[in-house]
Amino acid sequence: MGIHNKTVAELVQGLKNKEFSCVELTQNYLQRIKTSNLNAFITITDELALAQARDADEKIAKNQSGALTGIPYAHKDIFCTNGIKTSAGSKMLDNFIAPYDATVSYKLNQQHLVMLGKTNMDEFAMGSSNESSFYGAVKNPWNQNKSPGGSSGGSAAAVAARLVPFATGTDTGGSIRQPSSLCGITGLKPTYGRISRYGMIAYASSLDQAGPITQTAQDAALVLNAIAGFDEKDSTSARREVEDYTATLNDSIKGLKIGLPREFFSEGLDDDVARVVMTAVKVFESMGAIVQDISLPNSKFAIPTYYIVAPCECSSNLSRMDGVRFGYRCENPKDLEDLYLRSRTEGFGAEVKRRIMIGNYALSAGYYDAYYLKAQKVRHLISDDFKKAFKTIDVVMGPVSPTTAFDLGAFTDPVSMYLADIYTLSANLAGLPGMSIPAGFAQGLPVGLQMIGNYWHESKLLNIAHQFQQITDYHRQTPDGL
Amino acid sequence: MIDNAQLKQIAHLSKLSVDDSAFESSAQDLNNILALAQQLSQINTDEITPMAHPLHMTQRLREDEVKEQNHSNRFQSIAPKTGNQHYLVPTVIE
Repeated sequence: MGIHNKTVAELVQGLKNKEFSCVELTQNYLQRIKTSNLNAFITITDELALAQARDADEKIAKNQSGALTGIPYAHKDIFCTNGIKTSAGSKMLDNFIAPYDATVSYKLNQQHLVMLGKTNMDEFAMGSSNESSFYGAVKNPWNQNKSPGGSSGGSAAAVAARLVPFATGTDTGGSIRQPSSLCGITGLKPTYGRISRYGMIAYASSLDQAGPITQTAQDAALVLNAIAGFDEKDSTSARREVEDYTATLNDSIKGLKIGLPREFFSEGLDDDVARVVMTAVKVFESMGAIVQDISLPNSKFAIPTYYIVAPCECSSNLSRMDGVRFGYRCENPKDLEDLYLRSRTEGFGAEVKRRIMIGNYALSAGYYDAYYLKAQKVRHLISDDFKKAFKTIDVVMGPVSPTTAFDLGAFTDPVSMYLADIYTLSANLAGLPGMSIPAGFAQGLPVGLQMIGNYWHESKLLNIAHQFQQITDYHRQTPDGL
Repeated sequence: MIDNAQLKQIAHLSKLSVDDSAFESSAQDLNNILALAQQLSQINTDEITPMAHPLHMTQRLREDEVKEQNHSNRFQSIAPKTGNQHYLVPTVIE
């Protein structure tokens, strides 16, 4: 097995046992990134990575290392990284050198991890295919004609192709879970407020949440340990103690109550995907879990609810991109209005403009009650469905995406792509933690199993996922040639 | 449904311009999204309170004390145009 196929946990052990140095590890990954043709990276930070690797080797030599010292990783290009370009996949921020670190970046620096670069993504995280990126689409390593999903498509493709041992992602409507599913890796969206949003470029502030994209649940637990926690710089961060997410990975899941929402197995779900998901559920049954049918009756309204709430929030968040203080400014503006208008029109891509306009329409006088307020009320109903379900079950299971990875360019109209988000949006609207884990293959492409837990039950989700990964090897399978 | 006049108004509010050639397709895209949103009108939400925050948190209060240093030079170093510690834009008032 090549060094690049090792998990984070195995690399930690390898560094500790001096099987390789952190510099060697970093050079190995940088070489893989540079020879890859997936377009998974927007920026490669090789000089910084090697300097951080040398520092990490010193720390290890002096026995001053922490849990993840010297582990290489990549950041989704939505996390501000001091002195390094942070584009959010947009022409608007193509020249933006972040003047400070996001809290997630700060924490990983403090723990002496090694940043290899910044990964490609849908522009401002708006998209499910990675095709809205200013830097072009990312290719799925399982089939390069296919999309890796989005918006964290670069992070997911990079982990799947073993260009990095783990990557960060963000999930506003499924942007960690869906690309993880389509690329055959493990992705965790924690409870809203678990990880600081400070310095994470905002798309929809009441929905955005960062999380790890890894090979295994054990790795996700290790990374979550490193980045979770209260942050006074984020007013929506939860003041709640961080547990050791690795502590309960080996707990038995005998007696676990799994709920299968009938709305997640309805029309539109690919038969082969449904088969893989149900086979995975049977594995849990064989481990002593109890499966029951449940209903989340309002989850079918998740798409219209999300596609009002998220654009409303983004229309406000993206108003700061005005060509005045940072980012793109048009050439020779003739007056202030022209500066705003042309900077934003030339700087934003089509999908971002569409969502800004929908948001401004839904928030404008005369339409607020009918759209935004209505959506916020339905959001309450969607959340209440889960509250009711969690009185009798421990975890919701179902598909992540209705299909396996789709062809690049397959979706020509925006609404048809929105419809594919049906299974992931509800967890964001409710603020619940969700995961995607590799569950098998259909048509030669990976299929993810989605698990949604109750608030703050990340440990439970990681435990369930880890137990599944002890008796299956889907998470160990890689695209050809790796 | 969004008509041409409304599309102009939304674009104006958004500080975006829509090309004449893309006017129809833009209006069509937005109307398709609003048609999707119309599904929400089927649900009776008379007694439901809107959900503004997933954890129903309220804004935290803190002591009013200075913690951050002034980084204006660093922040202005990435601005498109500055002068005398101000962000410069085209003249608004002669």
